[in-house]
Amino acid sequence: MNYSIIFYIIGWILKVEAALMLLPCGVAVIYGERDGIGLAATAAVCLILGILMTWKKSENQIFYAAEGLVTVALSWLVLSVAGAVPFVISGYITNPVDALFEAVSGFTTTGASILTDVEALPYCLLFWRSFTHWIGGMGVLVFLLIVLPMTGGSHMNLMKAESPGPIVSRLVPKVQSTAKILYGIYIVLTIVELVFLLAGRMPLFDALATSFGTAGTGGFGIKNDSMAGYSPYIQNVVTVFMILFGINFNAYFLILMGKVGQALKMEEVRAYLLVIAAAIALISWNSLELFSSLGESVHHAAFQVGSIITTTGFATTNFDLWPQLSRSVLVVLMFIGACAGSTGGGIKVSRLIILAKTVRKELIQMVHPHAVKKVKMDGKLIEHEVVRATNVYMVAYVLIFVFSCLLVSLDGQSLVTNFTAVAATFNNIGPGLEMVGPSGNFQIFSNFAKLVLIFDMLAGRLEIFPILVLFSRETWRRF
Amino acid sequence: MKIIIIGCGKVGIALAAQLVSEDHDVTLIDESAQKIQNVPDDIDAIKYVGNGASVAVLREAGVDTADLLIAVTGLDEVNLLCCLIAKKAGNCHTIARVRNPVYYEEIEFIRKQLGLSMIINPELAAANEISRILRFPSAIKIDVFAKGRVELVKFKVLPEYKLDGLSIMDVMGRCRSDVLISGVERGGETAIPDGQFVLQNHDIVSVMATPKNSMDFFRKIGVQQTGRVNNAMIVGGGKIAVYLAKQLIPMGIRVKIIERDRNRCEELGELLPSALIIHGDGSDQNLLQEEGLREAESFVTLTNMDEENIFLALFARENSHAKLVTKVNKIAFDEIIRKMDLGSLIHPKFITADSIVQHVRAMQNSIGSNVETLYHILDGKAEALEFLIREESEVTNIPLMELSLKDNLLLASINRGGQIRIPRGHDQIQKGDTVIVVTTHAGLSDIRDILKR
Repeated sequence: MNYSIIFYIIGWILKVEAALMLLPCGVAVIYGERDGIGLAATAAVCLILGILMTWKKSENQIFYAAEGLVTVALSWLVLSVAGAVPFVISGYITNPVDALFEAVSGFTTTGASILTDVEALPYCLLFWRSFTHWIGGMGVLVFLLIVLPMTGGSHMNLMKAESPGPIVSRLVPKVQSTAKILYGIYIVLTIVELVFLLAGRMPLFDALATSFGTAGTGGFGIKNDSMAGYSPYIQNVVTVFMILFGINFNAYFLILMGKVGQALKMEEVRAYLLVIAAAIALISWNSLELFSSLGESVHHAAFQVGSIITTTGFATTNFDLWPQLSRSVLVVLMFIGACAGSTGGGIKVSRLIILAKTVRKELIQMVHPHAVKKVKMDGKLIEHEVVRATNVYMVAYVLIFVFSCLLVSLDGQSLVTNFTAVAATFNNIGPGLEMVGPSGNFQIFSNFAKLVLIFDMLAGRLEIFPILVLFSRETWRRF
Repeated sequence: MKIIIIGCGKVGIALAAQLVSEDHDVTLIDESAQKIQNVPDDIDAIKYVGNGASVAVLREAGVDTADLLIAVTGLDEVNLLCCLIAKKAGNCHTIARVRNPVYYEEIEFIRKQLGLSMIINPELAAANEISRILRFPSAIKIDVFAKGRVELVKFKVLPEYKLDGLSIMDVMGRCRSDVLISGVERGGETAIPDGQFVLQNHDIVSVMATPKNSMDFFRKIGVQQTGRVNNAMIVGGGKIAVYLAKQLIPMGIRVKIIERDRNRCEELGELLPSALIIHGDGSDQNLLQEEGLREAESFVTLTNMDEENIFLALFARENSHAKLVTKVNKIAFDEIIRKMDLGSLIHPKFITADSIVQHVRAMQNSIGSNVETLYHILDGKAEALEFLIREESEVTNIPLMELSLKDNLLLASINRGGQIRIPRGHDQIQKGDTVIVVTTHAGLSDIRDILKR
């Protein structure tokens, strides 16, 4: 394990975080809020620490898979802890575990909150909360790859560890350029949404916060009723953009390259859109009696389906009150999640496609034991290693899920609350059902349960293995 | 003695050379005419082309009058069959080389049922030697005598030991350990030193002592690491690697084996569940670094290519502080390899030949020689022989300083009733002692041969 290079990169993460904190500081200046001092102080400390840690560039540039995984996991821990400090300094969240929960929820684009009254927060902290979604959505190390020119073929290990999905492909030969393109697409889409929202006469601050929340598929609202208070136009814009940010960014790259046909043929994107359409149809029909017209029913169903499957977690209505079938559909969507290579969480559509195809292959081989069958996606053979990694991911996913449910149950909440709380944090969604539904929040849990959920959010965002590697004994053995 | 050797591979030839030099009548048999032709001309032996498992061939080679048959072809089954047939046809002693680990599990049964005198497994012997070195990594080579009561430890004089310019007498005065410096190699020259011999840095020194005393000696001259290594990186997952890992893992040493062949990796994973098997090319520098070469405490190269082993060892020397153990099969460029400072060199061929020659000497006891065991030491340039003193003679009961011993010959230890003593001038050899003699003269067969003639 090359500790010096890990230390060096963590130093850079702190410097980047300090720079990012300047934005909410600016917000504090504009609105004349004294609470900005907490942010400024944290930024200063991060900057000094970061400069000290990066003072001497590590001589040993060796950087392999193990270092990549550990760096990513540690970076996210450091990022979250530093991000939580302003909440505590400003005094709006006094319990450090609560502050950490809020920060982790922000960076992992979960959007689960422990705040009962969001509107009580000053603008600068509201901005910081939403901005963490935007940073965490595409990934802070992917960002670092752009600003920090690293030597050697080591960057891919960082990208692999932070980017979601079973296969991380390069868009262009250079990793740094790939990172630039991804962030380019991300920024442009965010700006487009901002423009659409402003066109609907949304206030600039609200539009910014909502765009950040949508782009990172986060879901922190700046209002107590999330998105319910905004006009149907704004809600529709958000619906569309949530679904767009849940699409594999490779598709946008193909469109940019003029290969629209190829983009539309991506099996994952097709399956993703198909699931969304089916879910909207099912819920609008099932919850028809709750709304005055079919149009209204479709409108709310579409928003909620988009919000849950992309793991954003905004709400226009309290879907906890919907009929059982609709609630069940939403819970299923929680697990499916968005596309690989998007900013969303969950298991990912491509993984489910691979798993379904593997099951089908096994079925065929049970009937024809000597048949030779290969699993393909987008016309390309899926390597055995990928299939295996997907299977292992599922097993680890289920194990962590079950164990987390058990630990959270120690608090004595109902089964639905515990189950959906874990589902909503592990899949980086935000709201669950019942006590943690759109009208409730995570303040009901004890510190211990909150720590379990914090672990789940980080494990969910980093796709389990970096976090497990960080805590594995094998990683820290000297040989 | 009349000895038949079947199989003219590397071991067969090394063995023949050694046995011929000790005045035995050797007959070589190999199926391949090519191999028979490749036997160096200076080996004074009869050579037959033919199948060693055929009675006709064996009879022609004189199996009925032979004292010993040694089967060292590449195939275990052929070796065993040769021995079986020779036993029935000529009633001679038989030695077979068997390397398949599966047979080795039941080796005692096979040996008894087939009436073999000895079964030799070169890979196991090599693994034994490597694991001995890894237990005390500051040594280059460790040989054991008198059932482990005495060891001959070879080490390199490093500047930090501050031995440069000291004579052997000074060193002994400084350390006051009961050890004997019994050999010094310097730039290809080998010497059996006397008290006036002056050591220099980078000399390779062999020390004879009991295990406890040798540890004491090394601690006094300032050797840092006197304990075993904690981990081992092994490149090449052959049979030696398996035997070695099986010995190291129970000692609590973490083992990583890098093997190029995928299927072999799977087999290794099955054989050695506690070892970490890495599938990859050992000559891939990135792979070695990724797997923690820097932190490796020992680096053992066991691939089939001598050249690769040497290069890997050189690479590891530059990039780690690991104890190097390098397997070398051919010793064509012996001098150059030794100058490259590759840590401990392992010659499986020599190890096999040595064990068999030892056995041959022991057999000779009944005919007249008194050699119990024999080791090639100082890279084959000298021998350490263990004599059992069965009767009074002109060397017994006389203080050693009054005996006129040959030059380049040293009495290294006397084992009297289990007590090991490093002999000084006033000590005497007595009946019933076991005496270890270190010498550059080859072919000593009786304790009286130590005297000047």
